[in-house]
Amino acid sequence: MLQTPSQTVGPYFAYGLAPEQYLYDFKSLVGNEMVNPLDHEDAITIVGKVFDGQGVMIPDAMIEIWQNDGQHQLFGRFGTGTDVESRFVFYTLKPVAFNGQAPHLSVIIFMRGQQIHSYTRIYFSDEVEENSKDEVLNLVPEGRRHTLIAKKKGSTYEFNIYMQGDNETVFFDI
Amino acid sequence: MSQIIYNSFDREVQPAYLTPEYKSTIYRAPQKPLVLLKQSLSELTGPVFGDFNVGPLDHDLTKNTVKNGEPIGERIIVHGKVMNENGLPIPNTLIEIWQANSAGRYVHKVDQHEAPLDPNFLGAGRCMTDTNGNYKFYTIKPGAYPWGNHYNAWRPNHIHFSLFGVNITNRLVTQMYFPGDPLLAYDPVFLSVPEKGRELLVSKFDLSATEPSFALGYRFDFVLRGYKQTPFETL
Repeated sequence: MLQTPSQTVGPYFAYGLAPEQYLYDFKSLVGNEMVNPLDHEDAITIVGKVFDGQGVMIPDAMIEIWQNDGQHQLFGRFGTGTDVESRFVFYTLKPVAFNGQAPHLSVIIFMRGQQIHSYTRIYFSDEVEENSKDEVLNLVPEGRRHTLIAKKKGSTYEFNIYMQGDNETVFFDI
Repeated sequence: MSQIIYNSFDREVQPAYLTPEYKSTIYRAPQKPLVLLKQSLSELTGPVFGDFNVGPLDHDLTKNTVKNGEPIGERIIVHGKVMNENGLPIPNTLIEIWQANSAGRYVHKVDQHEAPLDPNFLGAGRCMTDTNGNYKFYTIKPGAYPWGNHYNAWRPNHIHFSLFGVNITNRLVTQMYFPGDPLLAYDPVFLSVPEKGRELLVSKFDLSATEPSFALGYRFDFVLRGYKQTPFETL
């Protein structure tokens, strides 16, 4: 059987896929609080922005995060455009190394102007040794690996996504 | 022993990232080659939802947000089956939908099209597929609406769909169109799909699903990425 073709999420997904975040009167099934309670001792915050090929911040992208490190299976979803700086924000547990892979999160990115979603991963800047052994990171040309590594800044990790340009984020065919 | 490997996107039916006729792709489509990733636990699993997540009226957009009456427009039923490329049904998968109202107006705050909002129609819904992979929504047929992509551009009538499937390789967001819509021939979003794949996005009128004196039925099936079994390399 042939795959159903993908089509863009478009500009108007907010009230269907993240209604509470965008203040529509409909219950959200999924949000950005992947850890409960938020002050769990292993909780981390991930923040970032999404940029287009002209360096303009994208205010209508939808980001999903899936993590399965063998201990926790967590899923979150957040759209850009509601945070004052148009960031995405997730609260989750820091994943652990598993099966020879460094701690990482799987990321799925949707937006108007993208006919198929993009897959990437978030690794962590304070996991230098694990990152150096990770077979997925080692597949990536050395000069592009930094696009997959979230930078620790105090209690949060910053991970910006660049759709195009010199710093284009590495996207995966999974 | 064998190992399951999920298929990649089938480029014979899937749209390219960059399709300049759809202008928003120009600065948003990735330009560097994708890196092929060997599937691991992260890719071979995904979020699991249950019926407990979904409200009793979530699948019925004609009722789930009414304020003071019934929504205006033509009631329709959209139903079908979710399968993978191997032909196996996918039960218990979350389907979410959103759409314009019968006048072609989205509730979204950014939509400035001068067509009326309907106080009794939000245009969002969701359901889970049953044990055989089947799903069913009740809704109002969406209207066409103008957009700014080019002069006199109109999107064909469509409903947006989001599906999860069995793992994150199965993730699909797409749009369902209606048979015989003359706008399909002019729509750069629809036409970005290679010709071989286009008919897969057009629902079929379904008299057997039509409820007498109540609503017309349309059928729309989904095929998510399937898998191959390959022998484990043993040393």
